[in-house]
Amino acid sequence: MSAIASVAKKEFRAFFQSPIAYVFITLFLVLSLWIFFFLSNFFLIGQSTLRTLFDWIPITFLIFVPAVTMRMWAEEQKLGTAEILLTFPVRDWEVVLGKFLAGLSFLAVAILLTLPLAGTIAWLGNPDDGAVVAGYLGSLLVGATYLAIGLWVSSLTQNQIVAFLISVILCFVLYIVGVPIVLASLPDWLVPFVAQLSLGSHFDSMGRGVIDSRDVIYYVSIIFFFLFLNVQTIASRRWS
Amino acid sequence: MIEVENLTKTYGPTVAVDGISFQIPKGEVVGFLGPNGAGKTTTMRILTCYLPADSGAARVAGYDTFTEPVEVRRRIGYLPESAPVYAELGIVEYLQFVAEIRGIPKSERESRIARAIERTALGPMIHKDIGQLSKGYRQRVGLAATLIHDPEVLVLDEPTTGLDPNQIIEIRQLIREIGREKTVILSTHILPEVEATCDRVLIINQGRIVASGTPAELTRAAEGKVVCRVGFRAEPAIVEPALRAAPGIEELLPLDTGTNGTCRYEISSREHDIAERVFHLAVGNGWTLNELHTERLSLEQVFTQLTLGDK
Repeated sequence: MSAIASVAKKEFRAFFQSPIAYVFITLFLVLSLWIFFFLSNFFLIGQSTLRTLFDWIPITFLIFVPAVTMRMWAEEQKLGTAEILLTFPVRDWEVVLGKFLAGLSFLAVAILLTLPLAGTIAWLGNPDDGAVVAGYLGSLLVGATYLAIGLWVSSLTQNQIVAFLISVILCFVLYIVGVPIVLASLPDWLVPFVAQLSLGSHFDSMGRGVIDSRDVIYYVSIIFFFLFLNVQTIASRRWS
Repeated sequence: MIEVENLTKTYGPTVAVDGISFQIPKGEVVGFLGPNGAGKTTTMRILTCYLPADSGAARVAGYDTFTEPVEVRRRIGYLPESAPVYAELGIVEYLQFVAEIRGIPKSERESRIARAIERTALGPMIHKDIGQLSKGYRQRVGLAATLIHDPEVLVLDEPTTGLDPNQIIEIRQLIREIGREKTVILSTHILPEVEATCDRVLIINQGRIVASGTPAELTRAAEGKVVCRVGFRAEPAIVEPALRAAPGIEELLPLDTGTNGTCRYEISSREHDIAERVFHLAVGNGWTLNELHTERLSLEQVFTQLTLGDK
């Protein structure tokens, strides 16, 4: 257990050791503010809601999360520090989980920094607290899903940029497959299956403020699936 | 302390390690010597449980590397090739992380870190990030990290590559010092390194151990040929036949002869006291000796012979 915590701590600290983390957080916040105030016509519609902000989370995270995860394994493999990390008296899965938790904490910090927006709507009007909480939970789950994907992709390469691009594409595909246009172009028998697999369709209800256990189970399974792949990729050095 | 039996590891069609067996008793400093790609790094990776062997067994402090990797790693300090480091962390921060992940209790961490820093003489750099350090200091940070948990075994993969001569001497001294209490395995392709630091050498080539012994033993074993260069102030016409007739001299190669009554020869012999014999021969005949120089086959030549197979 302490191994997971120490990896997570080290990774989390490493984020803030480089200016990139601050740049990304700033960009994310600026983007969120812009979406909140202008894209949603906040000043015109007269509703105290964060709905538009949450609706856009799967899109903003599409860039933001892979930027966070791209270096987490790629850099270690490029510099050779992975060999140090994986010869400590720890299991591979402990290292993977530690890295994932570090990324999740970083994401949580970014999300929490949008809390003043929630404060603003609470001050201006009378928002639906449940919807805000569900929205935040949903955002964290979407972020965690992208995180698990990005982390796995990062373990496949030594090149951060490659890791970033592939993660963005993979996350985008997972998000977009549930969109009606895509579904309409699929054979009928595939539609229910693909719609279930789509990240977008599972996010909609959360954005509306409904926490459905099926959605939570969906996210958690996807996260576990990619973390499992990650452990396998790390272990695959042993298979040759 | 370390027992390796019939270890084999292949990467696809390439055989990296081909049935290696050796034993290293506690407290010995052993050098893996061999050309690049000989299987040194692979052997070390198997010992540190980074990679599994295809067949054979390796035990460290009684624990099997395949079935009990975590126990093995607890007892090993490993510095991989080119001493990779987390450039973005500070020295103390990094050592703290290593102490933590190695499960050293909080109360002991500070003193252990201080001791590792002291042993590797990192004191003056303590406030810097690892990324700001020179190669030599980074290597020391890597070494300090391997010492934190006071391991029984140190595995150092080419610990002096990329350092300048002064740094090399410092690191070697450090390894010598550490080797007084710990079992150390280091790999290198630099020959003077094993002579300077190791109790025993395993020469590895193409995945096999081709020779093992102390540096002195290996040198002695190299056919025992002695080459001796000698110069006289005397007439070559007299000297040469006398030398040819002398016992023990196998080959006589005139280097320069004739002018102003001096001559020089290169003599090869299997007798290790050939220089003394030549001296007595000169004294007995009343020749003036103006040069006498013997050369033994160095470890370098042993190495070349074994790894290039020109013997």
